[in-house]
Amino acid sequence: MEELNRINEKIGDETNLVRVNPQEKTGYPAGALIVVEGIDGSGKSTQLHLLDAWLRHLGVLVYDTGWNSSELVKEITSKGKRKALLTPTTFSLLHATDFADRYERNVYPLLRAGYFVLADRYIYTAYARDTVRGCNPRWVRKMYDFAIRPSLTFYFDVPIDIAVKRIMIGRPKLKYYEAGMDLNLSTDIYESYRIFQSRIMEQYRRMARKENFLVMDATLDIEEQQKKMRRAILPLLRPEVAALASEELVQ
Amino acid sequence: MNPLTNKVRGLMDIKRSKDGSQIRFYGDGIPYLKRTKLKGKLIVIEGPDGSGRSSQVELIKNKLESDGHAVTTTGLKRSELIGAGVLAAKQKLPVGQKTLALFYAADFADRLEHHIIPSLEAGSIVIADRYIYTLMARSVVRGISRKWTNDLFGFAIVPDQIFYLDVSPDKLFHRIFQKYSALDYYEAGADMGLADDLFDSFIIYQRRIAREFRRMEKLYGLVAIDANRTMSEVNNDLQTRISSYLNASKI
Repeated sequence: MEELNRINEKIGDETNLVRVNPQEKTGYPAGALIVVEGIDGSGKSTQLHLLDAWLRHLGVLVYDTGWNSSELVKEITSKGKRKALLTPTTFSLLHATDFADRYERNVYPLLRAGYFVLADRYIYTAYARDTVRGCNPRWVRKMYDFAIRPSLTFYFDVPIDIAVKRIMIGRPKLKYYEAGMDLNLSTDIYESYRIFQSRIMEQYRRMARKENFLVMDATLDIEEQQKKMRRAILPLLRPEVAALASEELVQ
Repeated sequence: MNPLTNKVRGLMDIKRSKDGSQIRFYGDGIPYLKRTKLKGKLIVIEGPDGSGRSSQVELIKNKLESDGHAVTTTGLKRSELIGAGVLAAKQKLPVGQKTLALFYAADFADRLEHHIIPSLEAGSIVIADRYIYTLMARSVVRGISRKWTNDLFGFAIVPDQIFYLDVSPDKLFHRIFQKYSALDYYEAGADMGLADDLFDSFIIYQRRIAREFRRMEKLYGLVAIDANRTMSEVNNDLQTRISSYLNASKI
């Protein structure tokens, strides 16, 4: 630590890798970054899908992005996963690589061009997972420092039992890393999954205030949650679109 | 100081060297490895291609082994997990700078955790044919912030000795031409659009890299070795410094 402080002092506060605010950089109207976060089975993807349909219906330019979807490191992570060779640090760095590729290639340019980028998981997934796996939380946050902050982050909070139940119905076969088996939490994969997910949830809850999460009660009706999300998004839309959209919301 | 204290202290020293010394990270480090004791020593040889780096690593290895030390060598691009992927990513050109920086960091982390640290734990002298400094210099000359790069490598361990083989660019290209008759695309910084032709690009790029290394001499304690001299002169210089260090630390 002393070493780092000493070096950083000498380097000074250089920011050529700034968190650029698109609005400020050029005259182009910037888009908005909307993020959903939450553990598996919190219903966040369903909500994002509905939001996507609504925005497209309103004529808004939309781009959808997820977590771990780029081709670049997919091969390596799956190879590493098979052999269980990944350490928490390499796992974290590979996901960061993957994220950076999506970010540099799609997310950031599309935001600059005025798109509404809808992200199913964003840097907070890495904050939560990597911390639970044993990486230094401060190191993880610095690594993702280049990523622009979302316009809105919806966090879907749900009791662990409900989430696990939802997952178990649809997809009973769990993968090694997905269940957090690398953490030796339990020899039983389902029990391991449950403990792992509850630890991730703890991390989400801990960062909710600092990261300005809009906390959603994910036990509510799907329609009710969606209405709340749409209302929250209204201020981000162009005035004429917002007027149209709010009329529809009232009906 | 009474003789008894001296004796006790002597015993403690022996005990400490048996257990090895506490692992030291540059920055935030790897929390799950913080209790690791390293018995060996980490010696880093940095320098551009054509500086005679790999030959020096080989000569030092032979000498240290003939002196009875266990020696392990490691280089960049040698990680079992990611190594091949790094090359594939390079060929797939449109990859962003942050993506590439993170990818190399992942590759390095894999080597650090699976090769360097275990060898040091076992008491081996590890000679690293390049380390984080080359990776940092390459990123920084391509526009990535020094602070972010420094923070990123906060998981790296601090070496015991770091040497930089310093060669003037004109010596460098003659050596490269004598060996390969061609300049390497990346070692010439040809991806950066610095000049119309490869030769000018090489000169500009190598000057920038060299400037970055000079900066790092102060920050990270790199020792510059004049590598304009003959191979055996350079080797004598390196060997003297390494031997006197190892003697002083009683290995």
